[in-house]
Amino acid sequence: MAIIETRGLSKSFKSRRGVVEAVKGVDMRVDEGEIFGFLGPNGAGKTTTMRMLSTLMQPTGGQATVAGYDLLREPAKVRENIGYVSQAGGVDITMSGRENLILQARLYRVDQATAKTRAQELIVALQMEDFADRFAKTYSGGQKRRLDIALGMAHRPPLLFLDEPTTGLDPQSRAHLWEEVRKLRNEGTTIFLTTHYLDEADALCDRLCIIDNGVIVAEGTPDTLKHQVAGDVVTLGLDTRNGAIMQAQALLGKLSFVREVQVDKDILRLYVERGETALPQILRALDSADIVLQTIALARPSLDDVFLRQTGRSLREEAA
Amino acid sequence: MRLLTDTWLLFKNYMMSTLRQPVWILISLFTPICYLLLFAPLLDKMIVPSGPNTNALTSFTPGVVVMLGMFGSLFVGFSIISDLRAGIVERLRVTPVSRLAPLLGRALRDACLLLVQCLLLVTLAFILGLKADFWGVVLSLVLVIPMGIALASLSYAVGLMLKSEDAFAPLLNFFTTPLLLLSGVLLPLSLAPDWLQGAAKISPFYYIVNATRALFLGDFSDNAVWIGFGLVIVLAVLCVYWAANIFRRATA
Repeated sequence: MAIIETRGLSKSFKSRRGVVEAVKGVDMRVDEGEIFGFLGPNGAGKTTTMRMLSTLMQPTGGQATVAGYDLLREPAKVRENIGYVSQAGGVDITMSGRENLILQARLYRVDQATAKTRAQELIVALQMEDFADRFAKTYSGGQKRRLDIALGMAHRPPLLFLDEPTTGLDPQSRAHLWEEVRKLRNEGTTIFLTTHYLDEADALCDRLCIIDNGVIVAEGTPDTLKHQVAGDVVTLGLDTRNGAIMQAQALLGKLSFVREVQVDKDILRLYVERGETALPQILRALDSADIVLQTIALARPSLDDVFLRQTGRSLREEAA
Repeated sequence: MRLLTDTWLLFKNYMMSTLRQPVWILISLFTPICYLLLFAPLLDKMIVPSGPNTNALTSFTPGVVVMLGMFGSLFVGFSIISDLRAGIVERLRVTPVSRLAPLLGRALRDACLLLVQCLLLVTLAFILGLKADFWGVVLSLVLVIPMGIALASLSYAVGLMLKSEDAFAPLLNFFTTPLLLLSGVLLPLSLAPDWLQGAAKISPFYYIVNATRALFLGDFSDNAVWIGFGLVIVLAVLCVYWAANIFRRATA
């Protein structure tokens, strides 16, 4: 069952320099019960898409159903059935975590007693017992982020939007947050998150979309996407003198299992079908031709390679 | 109905947050208190009492009360800019909460605080020897509170539009100083040359100060009183209506 379905969803802004198309016709489908990631560099249109899907921004074109309701015709119904956690979060630091949660539940028009029970449930579920009654201004980044997510879950929505949930967190808090997100998914909540971290998309998401310049360039599970990139990558470091690189390029290009050879200064990059069986053969071939090898590395394709393939740019460079 | 319950819920919440730092209530009282303590004594010899039961404070205190209402309320917009940055405004937008409740809840909280501040200020003025008509003072507060609501709504809406303290602060400075001086808060504008009296007539606060002065003297039949109340009602309706539209549009 699809919990989000969009057709041609687009958004353009009028600026002084003319019309900027931030999102250019996004078609996608998110199924119930999955963690769906929206991966892309900053400014790719991730947040804009998420803001449209969570009723914060009116699309300029296209259609969408979110949590069973038409986004354009029934935004109020959509709102009742989604939780949204923005990058800023939205914690009122002058109150305690518990008070934030009770107020948030009350805003969904449940009575005080129910709101209190719900706050307590969320505090237990997200392991916030130790700090829930302290003022939110004393929270660490990871603690505040957990409260943000709890706020988004205050009315137990079937669908939760998380905008860059781990940006700015230390590695430990990040791993912890991933666990919490997986737990929510296992309890039946569908999660839609944006990220510009490759490892996050890879480790956390069941399925993902890669978006660049407002267009979806790839969609699938992390594994399928990586398999679309031709096999594994073997990186060879060679002596740059006396034409060893050219020689090796010609030699290895002839091997049957090598799909593609790329030269990058003193580095030779081979796209091969099965890296573990290719390595010994590459070494033997180089040895017999007396080419001296300095370094060798085997890598499984990463989502960055997928991005590189689709856009011609590296997401790592974009982020840097 | 939902608007009322949502407003009440947010009002209680805003009030609770404010009462946790009660020092802020006193901080905005600081300037008006300085005027009462350090400036009013200069007026004793300048202003000739207009009757047996009056003194310099009778004409000065109403001005300071209006000043408190003006400044306290015009600066509240800063808080919505920080809420905007913290994502609180956006978090409320994705809940089904009535779009106007965050505005009305805040303005109501500000009105309550303003009332408390005015009471403290007037009490201090009585301690310092203010002679004034008791019911006139009460009616003056009835006049100043809706003015505060109007200005607070205006301030929140402008804050929401500008989204940045750096833009908001100079804008406030630009308007408040001339409005303050033209309202005759510090000295009655009857001392002013004709052109300055003419200029003052474009400031709504000039009429509000006149009304509170008449009320403090107990001149309930003075035309200034009617003009003041009429003006405040119009001002409150216009400002709240406009601010509500800004809130609705910015948080649709």
